[in-house]
Amino acid sequence: MSPPQAPAYQLSDGPGQSATLSLSGDWAQGQEPVDFRDLRPELVALAPRQLLVDGDALGRWDSLLMAFLLQCHNYCRAEGIELDVSPLPESARQLLRVATTVPPHERPREPRPGLLQRLNPLRAARGALRDIAESMAFLGDLGIALLNLCRGRSNTRFTDFRHFCYQSGPDAFAIISLTSVLVGMILAYLGAVQLKLFGAEIYVANLVVIGMLREMGVLMTAVVMAGRTGAAYAAQLGTMQTNEEIDAITTMGVSPMEFLVVPRVLALVITLPLLTIYADLLGVLGGAIVAGGMGITLLQYVSQIEQAISMTHLLVGLSKSVVFAVLIAIAGCRSGIQSGRGSAAVGNAATEAVVTALIYLIVADAAINILFQHLEI
Amino acid sequence: MASSEAHISVRGVTMAYGARVIQQGLNFDVNRGDIFVIMGGSGCGKSTLLKHMLGLIEPAAGEILYDGQSFTRADTATRDAMRRRWGITYQSGGLFSAMTLGENVSLPLQLYTDYSRAEVTEVVAYKLALVGLGGYESYYPSEVSGGMRKRAALSRAIALDPQILFFDEPSAGLDPISSRLLDELIVQIKESMGATVVMVTHELPSIFGIATNSVYLDAASKTMIACGDPRQLRDHSDQPVVRQFLAREAAAEPEAEA
Ligand SMILES: Nc1ncnc2c1ncn2[C@@H]1O[C@H](COP(=O)(O)OP(=O)(O)OP(=O)(O)O)[C@@H](O)[C@H]1O
Ligand SMILES: [Mg+2]
Repeated sequence: MSPPQAPAYQLSDGPGQSATLSLSGDWAQGQEPVDFRDLRPELVALAPRQLLVDGDALGRWDSLLMAFLLQCHNYCRAEGIELDVSPLPESARQLLRVATTVPPHERPREPRPGLLQRLNPLRAARGALRDIAESMAFLGDLGIALLNLCRGRSNTRFTDFRHFCYQSGPDAFAIISLTSVLVGMILAYLGAVQLKLFGAEIYVANLVVIGMLREMGVLMTAVVMAGRTGAAYAAQLGTMQTNEEIDAITTMGVSPMEFLVVPRVLALVITLPLLTIYADLLGVLGGAIVAGGMGITLLQYVSQIEQAISMTHLLVGLSKSVVFAVLIAIAGCRSGIQSGRGSAAVGNAATEAVVTALIYLIVADAAINILFQHLEI
Repeated sequence: MASSEAHISVRGVTMAYGARVIQQGLNFDVNRGDIFVIMGGSGCGKSTLLKHMLGLIEPAAGEILYDGQSFTRADTATRDAMRRRWGITYQSGGLFSAMTLGENVSLPLQLYTDYSRAEVTEVVAYKLALVGLGGYESYYPSEVSGGMRKRAALSRAIALDPQILFFDEPSAGLDPISSRLLDELIVQIKESMGATVVMVTHELPSIFGIATNSVYLDAASKTMIACGDPRQLRDHSDQPVVRQFLAREAAAEPEAEA
């Protein structure tokens, strides 16, 4: 093997309007490469009608040579120059032929909105409105699918429903236990400091039971389920979209709404209230631990709770949990079904599912609280 | 056949998923410069064999050697070094969906060469042009057709001018013209770089057009029942199944089965 030589080219004027491009040296990786952009001005200056590429002094070569030749070819085609590569090695000619069989594709330019346009509040408002409209349409479709289910003319499968119930219910016990005990304790601490000022520590029990039942139990459970189940729904459906599974379901004549969304929504509507009751119980237990630390006996705590507790508080929490369940499931399923194709799109769908679910939860919770305030419930 | 030097040797390999044996007693050599085809009915274990050769699945018994060096017993560093000289396409593409076609092809170049950014761009343009996708750099895999994804995956596989190319059904889903172009491309790459090609394919035109050697895996007996030049096998194999596979489909419509 001869010592490596730097690749080089020389452009020389020939008879008539022809020119010769002589290539020499090793056009392979590891050598100082040649840039076609250096050659271009020389070609422009010479403006030949025919260009002969001569490879007599060519040493080793690999894709770098081919990339260079391809650029020559594209330039010559654009300028109407006749390119003759016949003196090159056979395999380089063949590769160039394969590479140039299909003319390069030109991507159509899509108008990108300018910065001003993108910041335009009208435009943003229109986007938000469209988003809300799409959500409403989704909700409507879901309503129709549920109606079909009630009329017994649905493709919803009970096995799917059971599977999702299991996934969103028992599987979530551990994390719900942890969060609700801690939330109960936090509530108790928060109240204890203030109530102590008035010597009314015993009312910690009232605070914990009302706070958990009406608000914190259901909200914390819903937040955990939005991150856990909502994101899982979006990822499952997004992956199905990627694998063309949703297309397959649609062309089988089955509504994806009935087949995929309804069992998920129903599962969450069943499990979230149950988990909420469980969370309430554990929250009150957490409160008892803190109360015990403050010198309130268990008996005192329990009897105080007996006075504070009422069916209304429990029902307020449960009715919220049903609403939240529907919202979480809708946010998850909608992001999943409308997801793009590919791993990045599925990731975006999962993120979007959690973010929308959280926004829905907070807004809905505020709205429900205001409503109940006015109804004096 | 270029030379009779064994580039890849499969020695007494048994492939199994858990307790379920897929194929056993596999013994064959792939010579340098061969275009070696793995044939067999659907589900007989062709993709599985390819994954064994790639080291994605470990053989239950036996070993696989490259240039006389055991790949099965090699440590991770050695394996990575060996793999760097391979180009691979998978049955369902394996393109990174979060990257554009251009980024997909440039990734191995950025990882393993010292090309400047401009050179990477040029080489990517060339590699995509080779598979007829010139100008599609900025498209995402989800924005092009299934056949185009196949070709883009091939373009990524040849990015580093590999010495061994592994293809799992490269031409499935391509139209006859692209499919022929692809065959031609494989031959060109092989000739210009002295590469060895191992591929799984059902396309009889490619099998007879470019393959120089082959192995036939049988699902029923769970072992290889024929090995050699597919044209020879079609006419002279002592196994009727093999002759049928190669001949009957050749007479009928080859595309239909694929
Ligand atoms: N991950 C896996 N786990 C268990 N069994 C598997 C797995 N992948 C494949 N199999 C089984 O191994 C056998 C061979 O599969 P393989 O994918 O290798 O088939 P193939 O020959 O490539 O078929 P095709 O031509 O349809 O692609 C099949 O019977 C399949 O059920
Ligand atoms: Mg396969």
